[in-house]
Amino acid sequence: MSNISVSAGNGKNRAVGAKGDVVLQVEDLNVSFPTEDGLVHAVRGVSYELRRGQSLGIVGESGSGKSVTSMAVMGLLPKTAQITGSAKFEGEELLGLGDPELSKIRGKKISMIFQDPLTSLNPVYTVGYQLAEAIRVHYPDVNKAEARKRCIDLLDSVGIPNPQQRVDAYPHELSGGMRQRVVIAIAMANNPDVIIADEPTTALDVTVQAQVLEALEKAREEVNAALILITHDLGVIAGHTDEVLVMYAGRPVEQGSVDEIFYEPRMPYTLGLIGSLPRMDEDRGHRLTPVHGTPPSMLNLPPGCPFRPRCPMSQDICAEVEPALLPINGSGHVAACHFQEQLEGKAPDDVFAADATDLSVEAEIEASEAEAVVNTEEDDK
Amino acid sequence: MNAMLDTPQNAAEPVIAGRNLVKEFPVRSKGILRRKVGAVHAVSGVSLDIGATETLALVGESGCGKSTTARLMMNLIPPTSGEVLYDGRDLTKLSRNQMRPMRRDIQLVFQDPMASLDPRMTVFEIIAEPLRVHGLFKNGGRARVNSLIEIVGLNPEHRNRYPHEFSGGQRQRIGIARALALQPRVLMLDEPVSALDVSIQAGVINLLEDLQDELGLSYLFVSHDLSVVRHIADKVAVMYLGKIVEEGTTDQLFAGPAHPYTQALMSAIPLPDPRKERTRERIVLQGDVPSPSNPPSGCRFRTRCPLFKELGANEQSKCIEVEPLLHSDHDGLTRAACHYAKKKQLV
Ligand SMILES: Nc1ncnc2c1ncn2[C@@H]1O[C@H](COP(=O)(O)OP(=O)(O)OP(=O)(O)O)[C@@H](O)[C@H]1O
Ligand SMILES: Nc1ncnc2c1ncn2[C@@H]1O[C@H](COP(=O)(O)OP(=O)(O)OP(=O)(O)O)[C@@H](O)[C@H]1O
Ligand code: SF4
Ligand code: SF4
Ligand SMILES: [Mg+2]
Ligand SMILES: [Mg+2]
Repeated sequence: MSNISVSAGNGKNRAVGAKGDVVLQVEDLNVSFPTEDGLVHAVRGVSYELRRGQSLGIVGESGSGKSVTSMAVMGLLPKTAQITGSAKFEGEELLGLGDPELSKIRGKKISMIFQDPLTSLNPVYTVGYQLAEAIRVHYPDVNKAEARKRCIDLLDSVGIPNPQQRVDAYPHELSGGMRQRVVIAIAMANNPDVIIADEPTTALDVTVQAQVLEALEKAREEVNAALILITHDLGVIAGHTDEVLVMYAGRPVEQGSVDEIFYEPRMPYTLGLIGSLPRMDEDRGHRLTPVHGTPPSMLNLPPGCPFRPRCPMSQDICAEVEPALLPINGSGHVAACHFQEQLEGKAPDDVFAADATDLSVEAEIEASEAEAVVNTEEDDK
Repeated sequence: MNAMLDTPQNAAEPVIAGRNLVKEFPVRSKGILRRKVGAVHAVSGVSLDIGATETLALVGESGCGKSTTARLMMNLIPPTSGEVLYDGRDLTKLSRNQMRPMRRDIQLVFQDPMASLDPRMTVFEIIAEPLRVHGLFKNGGRARVNSLIEIVGLNPEHRNRYPHEFSGGQRQRIGIARALALQPRVLMLDEPVSALDVSIQAGVINLLEDLQDELGLSYLFVSHDLSVVRHIADKVAVMYLGKIVEEGTTDQLFAGPAHPYTQALMSAIPLPDPRKERTRERIVLQGDVPSPSNPPSGCRFRTRCPLFKELGANEQSKCIEVEPLLHSDHDGLTRAACHYAKKKQLV
């Protein structure tokens, strides 16, 4: 039974699966939702490979498709969603699997942690009961006493104080940070190969966020799981991921190692994101460079580069041709911008102005939205 | 507990100051009688000074009393005890009528602009409303509203649109324009950028900085985000369970936090810099914040304090029995409320 205990191993003797073999492979994933106003193309061609023990960060503005991407992989989208492409877990195709097959994978091979722990916890059962259930679903012959001991070990390993007592607590008796740690414990219960954490700490205070992230890292290390960390917080990404995928308007616009993304970004949006961050290690003398305007509506996306209305570098071609995600070097760093080579060695304030307002960007966005609506009306005829 | 610091910008009179502010909310029993059975110690003896063209940031985690302090400083709620000094007067002693003209000078901007903007009013009307309420619209109000719309970076052609037609960042600009309508001297900004995406947040931060420089405004900037605070504030006060545990000028405080809570808070803020993140010292706190209706004796941070755990029994008893007051052992630019405060470099 030692394989279901996360507190026993110290992570040093990783016999199974060294970092390297691919556990999750997503290829050209597309998701659309039919709505009253038309088709919302929420995810447009996401591809990535996740290797054992590796962590992949997904960043992007609200509505950029971060959550829908992983919900599609887990089979959690409404039936009306139109999904194409491929998502393979250890070579087995997940898209199109029925609920019975998927539930063999969900929770056991791939666990998911959401922003709000209450959506994952049942208010009428104790945390111990819910943990034991998670263990028993996949290991039915564990006896009660054994299961209880595992629960306490798991709670202890995610940093819950007094686990012997807390194991009998109901979710509402715990603080938000403790609940989220219980969810992590449940996610770890079956030594998953992949953990997908969607904004796991967004609702929490920073010191609690630090506790939860530490618990997540420690638990992950002990079972050598791969991690997909979805967050809008570039600080969290910097400290907890190996690879980063930047999403904009449903598309990956840049992908690379965490150092490449932070120190050598090659897509204006990534550069803009970095320049707009206030940093604890820089004072007011350093002006921020905002990215003015808002992301496009996913309903009537204009042709060309989706970032164009907000991009200070845009040229005529950007309005016509959407740039492909192309390699920058041999290392796997890719970016989607017609002029990515011009960004070599550029700092955010070389590209973006450090101003407070910019009405021309707003006007640009309005014009391109109006144009997009006209285009779809023409299509309808 | 005089919060005056020996710094050049503070040598002048503060524009607004809180003195020993205390706010307790009654906790009532269930049932018909609803007897008072206890009190939430939301704010317990807070003193603050804000000078002209100065930003004081109030930081701390959820429930530590930041918003309550801001509401006390505006005299929106009566303190249990303490004073708010503005223009040589104690606002808490003023009648409703006496307070009315003062309200114009001290304005509030909320975290969630949608909740504070009337959805049935156009942008123009939202910004004009305070002028009308104070009978100032007749005298050039229309021109004033139009210029405010431009100052905050909204498109003047959109003046007849409704709040739902704007993005989050634009709505926050509407809220700021409205707060500026009466030409206030002080803005209370309660988490004004917390709900915005970073790319948008930066524009609003820049706007607030520009407005301050141009209009000489004083800001009380409430935030839980030390990165934003570092960027925007001249002075910082760190709160924990209703008390200021450390305060000082921004650069000095970030260069050497001396209170164990400030240190933990700083080390918990992620830096968007992978190399620094890999090598940083991390102080992870254990346990949870105690209930404000039953705060610990002596030092309120002692139940989670990493330094406390390392102390001998004698030293610990001081933390348990004696409340630490804000004091400075060093340059006078920062002050910590810890018996064993010791500076540490974290960023
Ligand atoms: N069931 C649905 N029906 C229609 N549209 C949907 C549905 N679910 C998501 N969308 C749309 O898909 C787009 C991507 O949503 P998603 O939740 O993936 O964004 P996100 O990047 O996770 O944003 P956030 O940071 O706000 O969580 C959005 O425009 C959203 O409105
Ligand atoms: N009207 C009220 N009645 C009773 N308790 C209150 C009231 N307002 C605030 N409190 C309590 O006072 C304490 C301080 O609350 P406050 O809103 O000032 O915190 P805060 O620091 O602004 O937190 P947040 O970051 O979550 O906004 C909390 O424990 C809160 O529950
Ligand atoms: S393709 Fe053009 S519009 Fe898009 S990011 Fe590059 S320069 Fe900007
Ligand atoms: S007074 Fe004692 S318990 Fe309080 S912060 Fe200082 S060392 Fe910690
Ligand atoms: Mg999401
Ligand atoms: Mg508040």
